[in-house]
Amino acid sequence: MMLIDCPFCGPRDETEFSCGGEAHIARPLAENKISEAEFADYLFMRDNPKGLFLERWRHSAGCRRWFNMARDTVSHEIVEIYPMGALPKTAAAKSAYSASWRRDTAAEHAAKPARTTVKNAGKARGAK
Amino acid sequence: MADNQPDRGQRGLPGGKPRYSAFAVAKNSMSYHQDWQRAWRDAEPKSEYDAVIIGGGGHGLATAYYLAAVHGMTNIAVIEKGWLGGGNTGRNTTIIRSNYLWDESAAIYEHSMKLWEGLSQDLNFNVMFSQRGVLTIAHSEHELREMSRRVHAIRLNGIDSEILGPAEIKKFVPTINIDQSIRYPVMGGFLQRRGGTARHDAVAWGYARAADDLGVDIIQKCEVTGLRRQGRKIVGVETSRGFIKTKKVGCVVAGHSSVVAAMAGIRLPIASRPLQALVSEPIKPILDTVIMSNAVHMYISQSDKGEMVLGAGVDKYNSYAQRGSFPVPEHMLAAAVELFPVLSRLRMLRHWGGIVDTCPDASPIISKTDIEGLYFDCGWGTGGFKATPGSGHVFADLIANDRPNKIAAPYTLDRFRSGLLIDEHGAAGVAH
Ligand SMILES: Cc1cc2nc3c(=O)[nH]c(=O)nc-3n(C[C@H](O)[C@H](O)[C@H](O)COP(=O)(O)OP(=O)(O)OC[C@H]3O[C@@H](n4cnc5c(N)ncnc54)[C@H](O)[C@@H]3O)c2cc1C
Ligand SMILES: [Zn+2]
Repeated sequence: MMLIDCPFCGPRDETEFSCGGEAHIARPLAENKISEAEFADYLFMRDNPKGLFLERWRHSAGCRRWFNMARDTVSHEIVEIYPMGALPKTAAAKSAYSASWRRDTAAEHAAKPARTTVKNAGKARGAK
Repeated sequence: MADNQPDRGQRGLPGGKPRYSAFAVAKNSMSYHQDWQRAWRDAEPKSEYDAVIIGGGGHGLATAYYLAAVHGMTNIAVIEKGWLGGGNTGRNTTIIRSNYLWDESAAIYEHSMKLWEGLSQDLNFNVMFSQRGVLTIAHSEHELREMSRRVHAIRLNGIDSEILGPAEIKKFVPTINIDQSIRYPVMGGFLQRRGGTARHDAVAWGYARAADDLGVDIIQKCEVTGLRRQGRKIVGVETSRGFIKTKKVGCVVAGHSSVVAAMAGIRLPIASRPLQALVSEPIKPILDTVIMSNAVHMYISQSDKGEMVLGAGVDKYNSYAQRGSFPVPEHMLAAAVELFPVLSRLRMLRHWGGIVDTCPDASPIISKTDIEGLYFDCGWGTGGFKATPGSGHVFADLIANDRPNKIAAPYTLDRFRSGLLIDEHGAAGVAH
């Protein structure tokens, strides 16, 4: 059983939250420029590490807002909670981000422009 | 489809191991049961094999057995990091049925069912396969309507299936509560009489003993830590007990599929999730069939020892912790005691979790990869025990012939590119 520290409401039981799976999957903008297999990387293929995992969570029975979380899938230790659209700041979560195979996919490269806009939006929200 | 029988290969113990029988029990009692032969050798890894199977669960052991028994490949090894059946094979609630919606699923689960019917004879090992029936309950009008659609589809595939009303259910299962005022009322259900349960450990042990008899090396406490390639070809596996050379590697590691796939740079659509089950203290016989509820994510049967075996739903987040979160079985038990008030005073004896490999379309992956000689059989998720013989049978065929047979063909990894998914969430979602 996890106690999750909602960035908006504070620590609450895991039962109040829902998990949205792998974080930082950007939708490719130029869909017609990438192959079906490359699009499958975006649509179906999932990072599923044994160790630190970056994922999206929502406080669905509380404020209903989304956030990102870096959590160890073996110990369930929560290493970092950070805003949607932002990137993690702790060293461990940062290296989990860059270690993911997704960073090298054509789908992610085809999503590049979209990511910058989302990132800025995240920064603005993270500031309050 | 209903009449082709699978090729069972060499039956019994052609390698010459002494057979298990009532006579053998009597004979061994003379020597106070001190002289029983080892069920399988504790093999040392050789430097090279024709094929290596990673994962000594039911599926991996069945694959090895059929490779030897049907395809004559006996210079092979099964490599298991822990002990045989210590993964999901020894953690599941052992429900067996073949009543799935789509033709592709009917083909593979019914193939498996036919192998179950006769498995104890094939292996000379009592796997305690008991066709006590599996009854799936509907708790709403909508679920009942969806169920009858499924029942007709199943029957069109030549598989037994029938709808029961609440009164018929009460007759079939006298301990059930059909009061319509409870949270999850019994509105009807569908029954597969050929469904049932088997002894999970016996399945692993039976396959292991029979494979060993045919010369297969079974290597426990040996973890695969890397897959060695030369270009796009597999050349061997790195293990905690050294490098083993081989041209063919079959990965059958369930919840660890993504971890092993990553060793070869292969991406899978799999998420590893905890699935939990528990047993009560043993009581006198009160339930002689299997009851499932998809809406509650509850499934219940009674073991031969008398324990009530209850399975719960899957946790909603990834985990390799081999334990689940407590609210999941709590929710399941709340519904279970309403459906079976007789359970309400029972104490829990054990509670555990297993890490299941869930796939986006709730169907397995039985596939070649873009690396020559590397094959995957995974994604069975919450419901692969029932498929153990069938999965091993078609996967062995894929490895031996380097092409999928008709039953395995729809289960390629490529379906996530082509979009030809086999959506079995209705039949396999979480319940079994
Ligand atoms: C609680 C629970 C209830 C279930 N109930 C049912 C049910 O009622 N009916 C049903 O049909 N299915 C059920 N299932 C699902 C079923 O258990 C599985 O689909 C099936 O047993 C998978 O078998 P397997 O042989 O593929 O995997 P496993 O038995 O998990 O075997 C995989 C093996 O691979 C080994 N391994 C992993 N990594 C490595 C490595 N690097 N090197 C060497 N070895 C490795 C593991 O140690 C493990 O022994 C249930 C599962 C659970 C957890
Ligand atoms: Zn909140």
